[in-house]
Amino acid sequence: MALLEVKNLGISFGGLRAVNAFEVKIEKGQLYGLIGPNGAGKTTIFNLLTGVYKPTEGIIKLDGADITRKKAIEINKAGIARTFQNIRLFKNLSVLDNVKAGLHNNYSYSTIEGLLRLPRYFKVEKEMNEKAMELLKVFDLDKEAEYKASNLPYGKQRKLEIARALATEPKLLLLDEPAAGMNPNETEELMQTIKFVQKEFEMTILLIEHDMKLVSGICEEVTVLNFGEILCQGETKAVLNDPQVITAYLGE
Amino acid sequence: MRHLQKTTKSNFITYGIVILTAVIIQILSSAGAVSSLIGGLLVPLCAYMILAISLNLVVGILGDLSLGHAGFMCVGAFASAFFSKMTAGTMPDGLRFFFALLIGAAAAGLFGILIGIPVLRLRGDYLAIVTLAFGEIIKNVINVFFIGRDSSGLHFSMKDSVALNLDSTGEVIVNGPQGINGTPKDSTFLIGMFLLLIALIIILNLINSRAGRAIMSIRDDRIAAESIGINITKFKLMAFSISAALAGVAGVLYAHNLSSLVASPKSFGYNMSIMILVFVVLGGIGNIRGSLIAAFILTLLPEMLRGLSNYRMLIYAIVLILMMIFNWSKGGGRLKEMVAERLRGLRKPRTKEVK
Repeated sequence: MALLEVKNLGISFGGLRAVNAFEVKIEKGQLYGLIGPNGAGKTTIFNLLTGVYKPTEGIIKLDGADITRKKAIEINKAGIARTFQNIRLFKNLSVLDNVKAGLHNNYSYSTIEGLLRLPRYFKVEKEMNEKAMELLKVFDLDKEAEYKASNLPYGKQRKLEIARALATEPKLLLLDEPAAGMNPNETEELMQTIKFVQKEFEMTILLIEHDMKLVSGICEEVTVLNFGEILCQGETKAVLNDPQVITAYLGE
Repeated sequence: MRHLQKTTKSNFITYGIVILTAVIIQILSSAGAVSSLIGGLLVPLCAYMILAISLNLVVGILGDLSLGHAGFMCVGAFASAFFSKMTAGTMPDGLRFFFALLIGAAAAGLFGILIGIPVLRLRGDYLAIVTLAFGEIIKNVINVFFIGRDSSGLHFSMKDSVALNLDSTGEVIVNGPQGINGTPKDSTFLIGMFLLLIALIIILNLINSRAGRAIMSIRDDRIAAESIGINITKFKLMAFSISAALAGVAGVLYAHNLSSLVASPKSFGYNMSIMILVFVVLGGIGNIRGSLIAAFILTLLPEMLRGLSNYRMLIYAIVLILMMIFNWSKGGGRLKEMVAERLRGLRKPRTKEVK
C-alpha cells in the first residue's frame, strides 16, 4: 500500500480553479518530485496536504488513514511535516530552540512541571537537548546551536528548517523549493543532504523544485503540473524528455 | 548545556537584583531615611512591577498587544477586597490575605480565559482595541455593583444602595461608585517584594520551558508553529490567562494597601493600562528585567524630583526619551554593548559573529 494516496483532489478560490483532479501515489521510502511552471498550483497542493487549505473535493490518505480536511496540527501529528518556500523559522529563537520546538509533541512534560522545575523537567529537557543536537549534527549546524536563527546564512536556514521538520518525526517530508536562492555548490550539497535524509531516516520525501539538475539528480518519479492539472506523471527521465513537458516549460 | 546554564544564570541575577533592592529599601525605611511620600509608594511600586512583567509576558513573549491589563488588575482587586471584607475577623490576618491572593488571582485568571477565548482570534491593532474596550467595561460594570449583607444574607443590586433593602444589622460591602471601604490593610512592602519574586519565577520558568518555547514560536511564526504541531489556541490562552492572573495578584496587593478601593479611571482605567505598557516598552519588549527597572524608575522618579517643583515633568520627559534611545536606537544598542563590555571586563572575547 502506498504511503500517500491522493485521489481527485481539487480546490477553487471563488471562480479560480487552482487545482483540478490531482492524483498521486507515493510509496514508502520514495523521493518524489512535483514540478511545473510558476503558478501551476504546486504550493497550493502542499497547502492542501498539510491542512492550510481545505480541499473542495477529493481524498487524501496517509498510510491508509483518511486525513482529508483535518486541521494542520492533526495532520502533523498524523505524520506530515513540511518546509516553506519563503523560509519560516522562529527568527528570535536560538537554532537549538527551533529544533526543540519541533520536538514539542514527542517529548512532553506538563506546564506545572516546567514552572516548578520538577525532576521530570530536567530529565526531559536533557533528552530534548541531546536529540536536538543529534539532529543539528546531521545538518552540520551543531556549532551554531546557540546562534539566533535569523543570524544564520541563507543555506543554513534552509537546512535548519528541514531539521525542525524532521524533529516532529514525520512519515512524509514535504520540501517546498529547498534549493531556491542557492548557488550551484550549495545546491549540490543540498542534494547530498536530501539523499542522506532519505537513507538515514528512511524518509519518504515529496519535493517541489525548479532546479532541473536537482530533480533529475535525485527524484525517482515526478509529476508535472500545468494550470492546476496533471500534465505528465511517471519515471523522472521519461517525463523530463516528454515533448509536452518541454513545451510547457519552454513554449512552442 | 551551556545555553541552559547561561539563561539560568541570568535569571538568578534578576532574582538577586530584586532581593537586594528589597533588603536595601527595607533597611533604609527602618532607619527612617525614606520620606513618608515615597514610603507610601512602596506597595504600589511592587504592584506596578508585577503588572509590568505580567504584561511583558503578553506583549513581549506572546507578541500580542493588550491594552486591558488594568481591567484584570481591577478584577483581582475587587474580588479579593470583597472576600477580605466578608471574612474580616473570622480568621487570622495572614491566612485571610493568603486566601485573598488565591481568590484575586483565580478571578482575574478566569476573566483572562473568558475574554481571551473570543479576543485572541484577533491580531495586532484589532486585539489592542478590543482589550482596551474590555478593560473599560470591567471597570464600569464594577461601578454599578451594590452588594450588602444583613442578618438574612447577601443582597445584590445594580441600582443603588437603598435598593438593597438592608435591615438594621445590614452593612453595604460594595457601594457602587464609592467602591469598597475599610479593606483590611494587609499589604506590606516585604510581602509585595515576595510576591514580585514569585511572579518573576513563574514567568522566567515559563519562558524557559516547553510551553514557553511554544508561545515564542507562535510569536515568531504562527503558520510554522502550526505546521510542527503546536496548538496555537491553547498556548495563546495559557500565556494570556497566566498574565491576567498575575495582574490579579498585583490588584490584590494594591487593594489591600488602600482603606477605600474605588474603580476610578485613574487607578483602573486605560491610563493605567497605558502606563503599564510604557514600563514594558521602555524596559524593552520581551526583556523582563528591563520592565522591572523601568517600572521602578518611572514610579519613584516623580516623587524623588518633587523638590524641583515645576521642572519635575521636564526631567521625567527627558529620562523617558533617554531610556527610549538607550533601548531602541542602533546607537543606543552599541552604547549598551559597550557598557556591558566594560562591566564584563576584557577577560572574555566578544561574542562570535556569524560569517
